[in-house]
Amino acid sequence: MSSILKLQNVTMKFGGLTAVNDVSFDILAHDLVAIIGPNGAGKTTLFNTITGIYSPTSGSVIFNQKDLKNIKSSDVTELGIARTFQNIRLFKDLTVIDNIKLAKHTRIQYGFWDGIFRTKKFHLEEKKIEDECLLLLKLFKLDDKKDFLAKNLAYGQQRKLEMARALATGPKLLLLDEPAAGMNPTETRELSELIHLIRDQFNMAIILIEHDMKLVMEIAEKIFVLDYGNLIASGNPKEIQNNKRVIEAYLGAEIEASL
Amino acid sequence: MGQNVAFFLWDCLQYLINGISQGSLYALVALGYTMVYGIIRLVNFAHGEFLMIGAMCGYYALQAHLPMPVAILVAMLSAGLLAVVVERLVYRPIRKSGRIPALITAIGTSLFFQYFGQLTFGADPKTIPPFITEKIYNFGEVNVSNVQLAIFVITMLVLAFLWWLTHFTKIGKAMRATSYNLQAAELMGINTNKIISFTFFLGAALAGLGGMLMGYTMSVEPMMGMNLGIKAFVAAVVGGIGVIPGAALGGFIIGIAENLVAGLYKSSFRDGVSFFILILILLIKPSGLLGKNTKEKV
Amino acid sequence: MDYYLQILLIAGIFITLTLSLNLINGFCGQFSLGHAGFWGVGAYASAVYSVYYALPLPAAINMMIAIIVGFIAAALSGILIGVPCLRLKGDYLAIATLGFGEILRIIITNTEKIGGPRGFINIPHWANIIWVYAIAAVAVVFMINLKRSSFGRAIISIREDEIASENMGVNLFKYKLFSFTIGAGIAGIAGALFAHTQQFLHPSNFNFMWSVIILVMVILGGQGSVTGSVVGAIVLTIVPELLRFAGGNIAAWRMTIFPVLLILLMLARPQGIFGPHELGGSKLRSKA
Repeated sequence: MSSILKLQNVTMKFGGLTAVNDVSFDILAHDLVAIIGPNGAGKTTLFNTITGIYSPTSGSVIFNQKDLKNIKSSDVTELGIARTFQNIRLFKDLTVIDNIKLAKHTRIQYGFWDGIFRTKKFHLEEKKIEDECLLLLKLFKLDDKKDFLAKNLAYGQQRKLEMARALATGPKLLLLDEPAAGMNPTETRELSELIHLIRDQFNMAIILIEHDMKLVMEIAEKIFVLDYGNLIASGNPKEIQNNKRVIEAYLGAEIEASL
Repeated sequence: MGQNVAFFLWDCLQYLINGISQGSLYALVALGYTMVYGIIRLVNFAHGEFLMIGAMCGYYALQAHLPMPVAILVAMLSAGLLAVVVERLVYRPIRKSGRIPALITAIGTSLFFQYFGQLTFGADPKTIPPFITEKIYNFGEVNVSNVQLAIFVITMLVLAFLWWLTHFTKIGKAMRATSYNLQAAELMGINTNKIISFTFFLGAALAGLGGMLMGYTMSVEPMMGMNLGIKAFVAAVVGGIGVIPGAALGGFIIGIAENLVAGLYKSSFRDGVSFFILILILLIKPSGLLGKNTKEKV
Repeated sequence: MDYYLQILLIAGIFITLTLSLNLINGFCGQFSLGHAGFWGVGAYASAVYSVYYALPLPAAINMMIAIIVGFIAAALSGILIGVPCLRLKGDYLAIATLGFGEILRIIITNTEKIGGPRGFINIPHWANIIWVYAIAAVAVVFMINLKRSSFGRAIISIREDEIASENMGVNLFKYKLFSFTIGAGIAGIAGALFAHTQQFLHPSNFNFMWSVIILVMVILGGQGSVTGSVVGAIVLTIVPELLRFAGGNIAAWRMTIFPVLLILLMLARPQGIFGPHELGGSKLRSKA
């Protein structure tokens, strides 16, 4: 299978702090990968580097054979990378369906003046988008909430809406930043089914950052472990569970936390 | 030719000196903007109006035949108390609604006091007699008055006082803690509301002093707060809003630039130059010359 | 009668002006304090056309040209200011636009050919109340349709959350600049109407105070609400005039009542009367 995302010696420094240090890996087109590591290991920074919010101090990010160097964050989305955020970033004062419609923004076929004069083309395209959005909302069981303001949804639903919004951009690679954070066990179980479903139905690669080890071990086919910005291990769940360095990193973190 | 160059240089030196004196005034007023912004991230548009009300009160104190030092004290106290009352009644309740509503409220407060001043004191300008007998010293082709010197010295003393206050007193340290992180300061047992009130009082009292000094160099009238306020505010931003030495630096830069432009080019562009510098600084270093850059966390 | 007509006229011009700032401030969330400057550029540019370069054409066609001149001049100044300033955010953007607005006014005050500090006189009376309300109606329709199109949604998403918006593929700079430029241009149209109904322009019409008044109209109605802007513009034009009739002390103190109302509004309802919503509710809101 072909590689969709390739990181080559990516390093990200902020002043004297090295948040990501010489990380290289390959993601295949249909992979379901988890990135784990203690807090502050550089996981979210890695996401920010992939999505163009930061440009790496050195090394390169190659998506679909294209080097993402100097490509704006908004264009990265158009190329086919979508993400969710650790601290949910919905358009809180817009309705649920408008949140999704916005994600279709780059795929809209009508022009500015079509919108102003409300031409036939505008109406047809908007109808099409509305239907697509509703379909997506149905998948996430949010269709009955479509006219709610996003801020009025329950926390778990907000996380789901953010995922739906990311999907609506039509990505080939989806990055999920702690999708299960703040969810109860039932919701987490649903989430794991949903992630599988998305990957198969939309045929894409998924990378997730997650602290819920049960979820990670259950759904990830491959796991990358970051510690202090370094990629210290990679492999399937079983290999990772028995990796000495990983155990050290995590035990170390636990000892620190208990002090 | 050589003589012309010499005259030109003498002129420049004269504008420089006038600029430093005027810049001292801007700095004095800018301190209030900067301290308030530093602590609650609010651009207090009404700061200039505190200055105007203070100067008015000082003027009436003089009319009542009180001696000059008492009148200056009256000006500082009245401006300071007004600021405390306004903060308590208006700014504090709006604080939780976010920064833009707070900014709009500040603009509203400023407008209110401008019209209030016009109705209560009348629009006619009033002059304040010099607090010392003016003497002019000549150095070659350059004149320096003792009043200019006094304004400069007063500003320097105020700066030294603020430095001492913020670094060596308990309340000053609490001010710095609050401006660094309000919530954390509160958790540490600092009564942040008291600190904010104190900051408002201090800033406005300095504005009252600035108003009296300006009342002598120019005049006291209801719009003085607006005019001087905007300049001082520009000075605060240029130096780095929220940073105390920045206010002084910005004040001097604006004062000197204005006098150079007005003297060497056209006095009607005096007001334009400060805005020009403002925009230049905002484009090169938005946080101001001495400010720190911050980036939003994703 | 003339007096009432004048108030209606001013209210109509302010509807267009308020809508234009709503695009920048309410839709796109970019806090501008220099809007009166764009209004002034449009007014003066259109008046320069009608006083110095008017073609021998019927007044109605000349007025169209004056409007286009006002739009282009103000939109260009919007680009000029927007390109460097839109990198700034929040307070800093507000301060920079305030500075630019004042610079524009100072330039006008120092240009003798357009009357300088004495004001610009002898502007032909080409526009009337019909012009004013026709343009206001066009502006309302433009804004409502924009709001319900993909383009408008992208602009509004910037107000909601810039990082998420960019993450959805919205080119922040492009859309901010678009809002800023078109907002400035529409303010320029309002300026052309003002110039050709009042026949006299003075730099003090376009100072910081007026930027604040337009902003207050936007805020009163609700940022992002088109119908709110219309209501805000009308209420804030008429209320001060009504207070004038109240006689005695109230008339003298009416200008202090205005800021007090503003402060009370902020304390009671910081999102404005309608918030981001429209009069008439969901029908106008999100259905495309």
